[in-house]
Amino acid sequence: MPSLAGLFFWMNRKIENINKITVTKPLQLDCGKTIEDFPLAYETYGKLNENKDNAILVFHALTGDQFVTGTNPITKKEGWWVTAVGPGKAIDTNKYFIICANVIGGCMGSLGPSDINKDTNQPYGLDFPVITIKDIVRAQESLLEHLGIKKLLCATGGSMGGMQLLQFCATFPDRTFSAIPIACSASHSAQNIALNELARQAIMADPIWDNGKYFLKNTQPKNGLAVARMVGHISYLSDQGMQEKFGRKLQEKADYEFSFNADFQVESYLRHQGSSFVERFDANSILYITRAMDYFDLSKQFKDGLVGAFREQKTKFLVISFSSDWLYKTKENKDIVIALNASGADVSYSEIVTDKGHDSFLVNEPEFLKTLKGFIDSMYEKFKK
Amino acid sequence: MKKEFRVIADLLPKNIRVLDVGCGDGSLMNFLVKEKNIEVRGLELDQNNVQECIYKGLPVIQGDAETELSQFPAQSFDYVVLSQTLQAFHKPDKVLKELLRVGKLVIVSIPNFGYWKVRTSLLFFGKMPITRSLPNTWYNTPNLHMCTIKDLFNYCEDQKINITKVIGLNENDTSIIKKSNLEIKNLFSKLGIFLIG
Repeated sequence: MPSLAGLFFWMNRKIENINKITVTKPLQLDCGKTIEDFPLAYETYGKLNENKDNAILVFHALTGDQFVTGTNPITKKEGWWVTAVGPGKAIDTNKYFIICANVIGGCMGSLGPSDINKDTNQPYGLDFPVITIKDIVRAQESLLEHLGIKKLLCATGGSMGGMQLLQFCATFPDRTFSAIPIACSASHSAQNIALNELARQAIMADPIWDNGKYFLKNTQPKNGLAVARMVGHISYLSDQGMQEKFGRKLQEKADYEFSFNADFQVESYLRHQGSSFVERFDANSILYITRAMDYFDLSKQFKDGLVGAFREQKTKFLVISFSSDWLYKTKENKDIVIALNASGADVSYSEIVTDKGHDSFLVNEPEFLKTLKGFIDSMYEKFKK
Repeated sequence: MKKEFRVIADLLPKNIRVLDVGCGDGSLMNFLVKEKNIEVRGLELDQNNVQECIYKGLPVIQGDAETELSQFPAQSFDYVVLSQTLQAFHKPDKVLKELLRVGKLVIVSIPNFGYWKVRTSLLFFGKMPITRSLPNTWYNTPNLHMCTIKDLFNYCEDQKINITKVIGLNENDTSIIKKSNLEIKNLFSKLGIFLIG
């Protein structure tokens, strides 16, 4: 379980010295409420060239943030996509200018439920408006305006990042030359809504949560949040991958303890993932962001469904799925490809065979990284002026 | 580039939309984009080939033509090309129908099982033929439904599929195949290229 010191760190961490813009333009949210003058935190890597034709926008997943690679200055840990982004890597920071923004609703500097509500002078908690993927994406467009980038070379993202990307392409057609949605879906499935609900219920069942008002006591529903994270971690691995990694191996012991301590390595792994997560993430943020994912159904936004969402697309797509991903299955990714094909868009598709499950895009998966690099480099050759 | 691809490329007008089914490493697609300003799409099963296409900046969809053609809308391509794989499908007749649904016109090439070397191999040695265009043995060949130029010609006629042009191909020459010279061309052509639909 999380250490007190860790908890202290979360509640008192200073999110300072990070890049932020203030979005002054009022943003009317899907729920009807409007936000304005709100902070949007971001990070960039590499250099924008003179022609401004080497910019790549990365959308982060549920528990990610803007610190894609290098060392995260807040958590002091490696960036979440260090396998793919960096000097000489698939998304080469020597060559390209990489941008990533923290989603609104998050807790790494962009407006979220742990921020102070100017009306009450207290953190929002559940007074924060319910947001959608579309709201998240529209908030990020202001950042491109701020950076003076009219058209991106590429935009990419895995999981919820891929969902943001699909929304971005549908809402702002022709804002990116190419797009790589990875391990995602155009509408959140019943199974994924169910898993998100499990995570939310775990948080809400923790008495510390107190209807989202835990901040009044300067604490965090750490037990519930840790369980929510465990649920997530199970869904990111594949059955086979988990069996190979852990099997029935015991955690530093010769035999069963005949107790409910973490006898098995897999239990110990999950407990560790849960407890380290509560030190860096806000429980209410999980509620808001998972809700945004659940509400995501791109086909519902357009008269003729998903085909309509992609009509008139000039963007060149590469859709990537992973054979052992049971969270965002190949079938769901293929549905995106089918819709893109039906709308006449330029689309490539590759299914990477791997046993690493949904996590495949975050770990060192050579076939995936090669494909990513090949596509981006070839797109740059076509796009550069 | 293979001679076969040159013949296929010559059959295609400029500035059209082409689906290359079983596009391999994309060499035909690459040629069509560069030389004829054709908007191409590829369908390919093999992971390495898919990667090759992506490296070349060619749009390719990984999948099996036997099941994946259904995702393309009817008549969404001016031409659909299928090079030397019709005989490898479980149900070549169904694939052919799908090709004709997706494309306004279809180019299909087949290794000709009626070629004289194939015939003599079977006649004189009593063994399944192994030639340069048919390099596998009976037990590991991907070719499930071998046919001859005559077979495909007759099939198209039976099915009332319009035959626009048939070209016979050997190492050195190409020739137009018509009903009047079908018997002789079926004996002396290694490869048959059909423009149908």
